[in-house]
Amino acid sequence: MTDIHALSGAYAVDALDDLERAQFERHLAECPACRSEVDSLREAAATMAETVAVEPPPALRDRVLADIATVRPLPPVVPEQSAPEPVRRRPARRWLPGLAAAAAVVAVLGVGAAVVQPWEDETSQTTPSAVDRIRAADDVQTYVQQFEDGSTATLYRSVSLNQAVIATSDMADAPEGRVYEVWLQHDDRMVAAGLMPDGPSNVVELVGDPATADGFGITLEADGGSTTGEPEGDVLAVVEFEQT
Amino acid sequence: MDHIRPVPDDPSPETPGEGASALPDLGELLKLSGRGDQGAFAQLYDAVSARVFGLVVRVVRDPAQAEEVTQEVFLEIWRTAGRYDPGRGSPLGWLLTIAHRKAVDRVRSAEAATRRDASYHQHNQPVAHDVTAEAAHASLEARRVRTALDSLTSVQREALELAYFGGYTHTEVAGMLDLPVGTAKTRIRDGLIRLRDTMGVGGR
Repeated sequence: MTDIHALSGAYAVDALDDLERAQFERHLAECPACRSEVDSLREAAATMAETVAVEPPPALRDRVLADIATVRPLPPVVPEQSAPEPVRRRPARRWLPGLAAAAAVVAVLGVGAAVVQPWEDETSQTTPSAVDRIRAADDVQTYVQQFEDGSTATLYRSVSLNQAVIATSDMADAPEGRVYEVWLQHDDRMVAAGLMPDGPSNVVELVGDPATADGFGITLEADGGSTTGEPEGDVLAVVEFEQT
Repeated sequence: MDHIRPVPDDPSPETPGEGASALPDLGELLKLSGRGDQGAFAQLYDAVSARVFGLVVRVVRDPAQAEEVTQEVFLEIWRTAGRYDPGRGSPLGWLLTIAHRKAVDRVRSAEAATRRDASYHQHNQPVAHDVTAEAAHASLEARRVRTALDSLTSVQREALELAYFGGYTHTEVAGMLDLPVGTAKTRIRDGLIRLRDTMGVGGR
């Protein structure tokens, strides 16, 4: 395809065959200019529908409203964090000790004692095998953070693998426009380690250096996570790691 | 689309004219629908169903299939309402994009002969245009669109209409209009740009 951008108009009116559509969609993922142009050309194309408007039969309305009664709307998509970036490790201000006096019970279940969490894998951000590996490690540590509403966040850390995952259970979705963000604490700095997607049960592998971290935290940030490299929103949990 | 408001009788943009029925706030209805508000969705349906069904039936042609596809379209609108992104386009543009894609998918997967059968039109007429107040105002807007389309070159307009309403690929359009291979996509793009700029949509 010599000039892939030239397909933007045809794409906007669904005038590509399957092969070209796949090629163009791959291109779109990397071309913000084309994404923006496609959006605007779709708006233009949609005006043409105005010229052919036709009232549907009344029975169609009944069928549509009956359909929707049996299907639930999908939750919004939380923008995913991109792959681990060194910039995440830039120094942050001190985490004020006062903020660390967060919520509830933290049960440290000790080295090697992996707790079975019966979560449903519906929106895993990481494959079960990565989680299983961590939980099967000789030096796995398990930290369970319970919240007032009965939800739990369980973090498994293996120093030998230098990996950590956090698994949530019965977690309420973050309020609209917000997202749960996970942090790893190094000395007095909190370093962003990942965003939690919506859904009651999620598994997220933490980005960064869990082996040398002193603990982890969960905060509630604006959509997309904190943009300053340090926690900006409400602190929901701060947990210290047991040092082996 | 903000421009889909009836032309007011008086110069004040805030006051609708006599007998005008402004479109409800579709973005708000989408947001509520995304949270499961069936009443809001019913209002949304009432506001846009003629545009959706009209587009689908124009592309799909077979009225029975058009009804099926329209049903599917509204179900997808319901399911994905929470994912509508106002930054990328208007609510009406968003849901008509869904409708168009589904209509084209259906017409291409249906037997090709059926779509190209000239005698088809004799036996399958779409439902007659219902002249309600809403439809009357839609036709004001439709006039504006037709005027905008008049500003395209005839090749741009034909290519665009074959693609948009006919559901043809740009390669097929090139063949149908006796254009060199590859030129139809340029005509389509140029026509859309012209249409966009004339109608003042697409937030540029």
